[in-house]
This record gives sequence, structure tokens and C-alpha cells, in this order.
Amino acid sequence: MAKKSLLEIFLSFFKIGLFTFGGGYAMMRVMEKEFVENKKWMDSKSMLDLLAISQSTPGPFSINSATYIGYQQRGFWGSVVATLGVVLPSFLIIILISIFLEAFSENIYIQHTLKGINAGVSVLIFHAWFSLSKNIGMNVTNLLLMVVGFAVSLFIPSFSVVYLIIITAVFAIIYGYVWKRGQVDVD
Amino acid sequence: MLIELLELFFIFFKIGLFTFGGGYAMIPLIRSEVVDAGYLTITQVDQFIGIAESTPGPFAINIATFVGYNSFGVWGSVFATLAVTLPSFIIIILIAIFSAKILKSKPVIFALSWINPLTLGLILSAGVSVMLTAIFGSFDGLIHFAADYIGLAIFGIILLISLIFKKINPIILIIISGVLGFIMYSVM
Repeated sequence: MAKKSLLEIFLSFFKIGLFTFGGGYAMMRVMEKEFVENKKWMDSKSMLDLLAISQSTPGPFSINSATYIGYQQRGFWGSVVATLGVVLPSFLIIILISIFLEAFSENIYIQHTLKGINAGVSVLIFHAWFSLSKNIGMNVTNLLLMVVGFAVSLFIPSFSVVYLIIITAVFAIIYGYVWKRGQVDVD
Repeated sequence: MLIELLELFFIFFKIGLFTFGGGYAMIPLIRSEVVDAGYLTITQVDQFIGIAESTPGPFAINIATFVGYNSFGVWGSVFATLAVTLPSFIIIILIAIFSAKILKSKPVIFALSWINPLTLGLILSAGVSVMLTAIFGSFDGLIHFAADYIGLAIFGIILLISLIFKKINPIILIIISGVLGFIMYSVM
């Protein structure tokens, strides 16, 4: 694989940081387009793994994924420029807003634009869900887990995702060692 | 001044270390840290949540920059943002160094095989809740079925475009939805 320039890594993540409206899940679709489809730095399955890693470690998804992908492309300095790139847009925007706080929250045209973006962003999240779903087999266990994740986070939003993931991981590991190994032994 | 900057650094380092996932579940924790330290009042934090929701980037970063700037100007915001980023940066670097080994270890493979479908459920629920907020404004709107028809129309148009032009860059979709919001909400 050709060595990517630090500038290319920085610019990619700057672009992603600039368009991360509506939280990490909306950003997945932008990242997928950039890194899976255009640059081919990773496949769709590793993207899902990255999301799982990100959810079970501290910090927001954008920082985690920038550090991780940056490191994979160009080692330590790759992760530094990627993280800097993804943070910089929101950093600059918030500084500007802090200076013009009232003008920003009272400008109706800005509010109108943002309401439009919110409506559009949900489509991106569905799109990310659809394309990432192709990575997992549609069996009963997977469907059940998907329904649990969906229902818990929609109807019990106060229940932390971290606990949900830890509980799932524990049961998955127990299931893997106790039942699956038994099956493998029979094979 | 230096002591105060170090204190700011420490508080946001702690926030960075203990905020898992993105999401708004972590807002109470961040709010109490920032309010207890005396950087902002509860009202200021709540006002800022509204602003943070409408700017790109994760909430933890946004509020770090904001608090830092408010208390100590540009250098304060640099310090606070650096502090909130550092914990996840360090942890992910360690994971990235050992990722080949970690991702191939048996317990992790078992865990991921269940976490991945669970995560897909989380993504779907995020999509549904963002969509409901855009179309109904709030839970109240949902109960009384008071739909925001402009939001609904924008959702429909963007969905249609993304289905017709499957290869379209998602950034273009974000820009189109912003332009549509600007025009439609301002005209009607």
C-alpha cells in the first residue's frame, strides 16, 4: 500500500469533522464514503469493529476513529494529524460562536438551515445502518440483539449504552466458550 | 493563572476519561462537573446544549472549547480541548498498536460477534429518534401528531435523492438539506 501523506490524512478528517452534524452515527455514513468507498483504507466490516471499539472506550466516536485510522495509515504522527483534523472544525466554530453568541442563537436563517440539516441527517443514519447491516448474517441471534439494542436505546434512553455493551459482551463470551466450543469439539 | 489553567485541564481530562460513547447520555455528568467547578451556571449549560446540537462535532469537545474560551480566552479553549481529547487519544493509540492481536483474540471475537448486531440496533434507533425530532419537533408533537410538514418534506426529498443517486456523497446531501431548510422555512 502506498504511504499516505500526513496532509491527505489531515484534510480527510478535517472534512469529516466539519460535517459531523447529529452525532457519531450520522458521521459513519460520511466516513464510510470517504474511507471504505473512495480511499479504500478499510473495509465495511472493520468499520463496524471500530464502532464497537469506540463504544467501549472513553471519548467520542470521531476522536476514537480518527486516532485509530490515523495510526493505521501513518503510525503515531498519522494519529496526531487525524485527531487534530477532526477536532479543529468544531474548535474553530465554537470559538466563533463564543464571540458572537447572541447573534448566532437569535439568527432565524441559521436556525432554518440547521432544522433542514437535522431532517436530512436522519437519512444518512438509515443509510449507514443499511450498508453496515450487510456485514452481519441475518440469523435469529443477530436479529434479537438488533431489536434489543434498538428498543433499549429508543425507549430507555437513560440506560447507558456502555452498560448495555458490557452486559452483551459478557454474555457473548460466556456463550462463545460454553456452547460454541462444545459444538466445535463435536465437529 | 497557571494553577487555574491546570485545574481546567484536569477537569476536562477527567470528563474525557469518563465519557463513553457519544450521545447525550453523558450530558448530566459533564453538566455537573462544569457547574460544580464554577465555570458555568446550569442555565448557561442548558443554553449551550442547544447551540452544541446545531454545530458539528461531539458535545464533549464543543463544551470544552466553550468553557475554556469563556474562562481564559483562546489559550483556555486550547487547553480544555486538548485535555478532553487526550484520554481517548492515548487509549486508542494503545489499542491500535495491539489491535491485530486484540481483534484476533477469542474473547474479543466472541464479544464483537454480539456487539456488532447490537450496535446496528443502536444506529437504527438513533436514525429513528433524529427523524422523529425533525418531523415532530418533540415528543409532544408526536403525541398530538402535530407534524412539521417542512421537516417531513425535506426528509422525503433527501431520502428520494439518496435512493436515486446511490453513489452520492453524503456531504452533498447535508448541504442540500441545509439549503432546503434555509429556503423552505424562510419562505413558508
